[in-house]
Amino acid sequence: MQQLSYFELIGFGPKGWGLALLTATGMTLAVALCGFLAGSIVGTFVAWAKLSRNLAARTLADGYTTVLRGIPDLLVIYLFYFGGSAALGAIGGLFGAQGFIGVPAFVTGALAIGIVSGAYQAEVFRGAYQILNRGELEAARSVGMHRWLMFRRIIAPQVLRYAIPGLGNTWQLVLKESALISVTGLVELLRQSHIAAGSTRRPFDFYITAAILYLVITWVSTYLFQRAETHSLRGLRRTS
Amino acid sequence: MSDGAPILTTSHPPAVEVENLRKSFGSLEVLKGVSLTAKDGDVISILGASGSGKSTMLRCINMLEVPDSGQISIGGEAIKLKRTRHGMEPADQKQVDRIRSRVAMVFQSFNLWSHMTVLENVIEAPIHVQKRPRAECIAEAEAMLQKVGIVDKRNQYPSHLSGGQQQRAAIARALAMRPQVMLFDEPTSALDPELVGEVLRVMRALAEEGRTMLVVTHEMGFARDVSNRVMFLHQGMVEEEGPPADVFGAPKSERFKQFISSDR
Amino acid sequence: MDFTFMWETFRQLLTGVPLTLNLAFTSVAFGAVLAMMLALMRMSGIAVIEMIAKAYVFVFRGTPLLVQIFLIYYGLGQFRPTLQELGLWTFFREPYWCAILALTLNTGAYASEIIRGGLQSVPYPQVEAAKAAGMSGFLLFRRIVFPIAVRQALPAYGSEIILMVKATSLASIITMMEVTGLAAKMISQTFRAVEIFVVAGVIYLILNFAITRLIMALEWWLSPHLRRPPSIEPRIEAAHV
Repeated sequence: MQQLSYFELIGFGPKGWGLALLTATGMTLAVALCGFLAGSIVGTFVAWAKLSRNLAARTLADGYTTVLRGIPDLLVIYLFYFGGSAALGAIGGLFGAQGFIGVPAFVTGALAIGIVSGAYQAEVFRGAYQILNRGELEAARSVGMHRWLMFRRIIAPQVLRYAIPGLGNTWQLVLKESALISVTGLVELLRQSHIAAGSTRRPFDFYITAAILYLVITWVSTYLFQRAETHSLRGLRRTS
Repeated sequence: MSDGAPILTTSHPPAVEVENLRKSFGSLEVLKGVSLTAKDGDVISILGASGSGKSTMLRCINMLEVPDSGQISIGGEAIKLKRTRHGMEPADQKQVDRIRSRVAMVFQSFNLWSHMTVLENVIEAPIHVQKRPRAECIAEAEAMLQKVGIVDKRNQYPSHLSGGQQQRAAIARALAMRPQVMLFDEPTSALDPELVGEVLRVMRALAEEGRTMLVVTHEMGFARDVSNRVMFLHQGMVEEEGPPADVFGAPKSERFKQFISSDR
Repeated sequence: MDFTFMWETFRQLLTGVPLTLNLAFTSVAFGAVLAMMLALMRMSGIAVIEMIAKAYVFVFRGTPLLVQIFLIYYGLGQFRPTLQELGLWTFFREPYWCAILALTLNTGAYASEIIRGGLQSVPYPQVEAAKAAGMSGFLLFRRIVFPIAVRQALPAYGSEIILMVKATSLASIITMMEVTGLAAKMISQTFRAVEIFVVAGVIYLILNFAITRLIMALEWWLSPHLRRPPSIEPRIEAAHV
């Protein structure tokens, strides 16, 4: 049998895996993005709890970030994957369903990433809030803004601006973490490479391709975050 | 006030009425029962050494600090307070927000919102707090910026302006609320000496328009020439009060005498 | 919660701790050497060498560790005949060595940035003072630059070690039965995900807590100049007066 060249192997020809790899890259981006957004929501609430006057909320939030930054992400993914199935199975049992019910791997993956990255994003948001100029918040109160309006118009835009570099780092973490979701069977980039490697017996070619695709995503997102940072800093720098 | 006190039947309640205001921070009592009445059109300069409680009093009028006891009324409407575990708190946050939008504050450190341009700063509260039409707010904001002399800076961000320009923008922001009362908390103290004049000129113009102003300041010239009443606080109490000609001409209090002589 | 089951789980998972620590500390040790080399390359002032180090760091920080592990463990199998000829196959056949290699290469990239930060934080006047005292080259590096840089870099390096302890969990995917590997096996056998997760999580938290304390102790020991002088001194002073 004639060996395919590397480019035939990963190309878009009849025997090429190009389309499958590209689709899987899309899946990686999708699960990472959903997880990142879930993490932003979690992170916002955790940061809010950390900054609150309520001692119980503060302790709980600190415990959350300490624990999630101390245990392996893989363990969290297993918890969501197997634990989620067990929970669904129990609920299903109430309705007469039997046996193992698989939770969609995409949902488990996105949730696991969200819970983990939420801990990191909470720290990013908290740090950004603490740079805020207290006087500007006071000015907002002095013109009669209520809490939600002040959050929406004054706090959120500025916190987001200060948080961009930290969020960029978290995004890179999330992107790399998404590769772990492959253990649940979700066909993202690494899983697809694994499948292709198995069926062609060319593992090096596929894993190196996966690595290159991850690098491309990293590189493009670094660029985008830098653009966003420059854009958001308008008005902060003195022209003189 | 007892029931026997004569009832004042004026058609206009005073713009600001502060009665027996007390406020402590921890064990430190900053205000020990201060009262003040400002009629419409009054310009009252509040003087005192640092730590005399003058800024705290101003911040209480806008509920940025909640007094421990005493009564504050704006245009005859008394601010309702309640006692909680954490101390005194406003009983009705809606009322506080409403009153705040009628009492504008100008801060020592300007406190312009740094993510908004000058114009955006000025129209923010009229549009989002007072819910007035955007076009009207922009037109009025430009008129205000014209008045304080920085209309050409309307699309700049605060960090691109000098301190004097920032403070004038902050005054325009306060004016845009169409306030009944304007509070100035040491508006020129954070400025380089050569920038103080431009801000004081704007404030003088506002006083001449007949606006009601309470000004915490160290500017003796402003207190003497622009305001129609002067109040001197010492350790949380009113030590001297009256028209500037009287208090500067013949001060009754020995401390105030020292205060104005040391400032010269 | 079933505490008998959890206790049993705890005892079983504990048997994975030696392997977890073995993977973490071996790769951190090798990784530190690699990181030092990379940091020196980055600061060498020779454009080509700097570029190589920079590219290395970019590649290893920009790709998932699991991809690196697969590339070494499965990927290199593609070149098995060549590796056998070179006598390297016995190394790359073993999941343990593949995991160590991947973790080392990975931490080397991250730690080189930490070390570079530490080296760059050394105040130049102190280097100048050492030069004025006749120090140069390796002596200057060993006696002045390195000790100062280590103190600066230690907190960040501590976090990196914690990250490495967490990262060893990925070795379970290539059959290494460290704590996470054992936990995953138990979960798939019993489906009691929550209890096993809690126990495994507690083990990792204990490990990380212990490492954090060790690093703090090291930091304290390395920075006598930042500590308050022992309380004896004032008393001696008082005696003089």
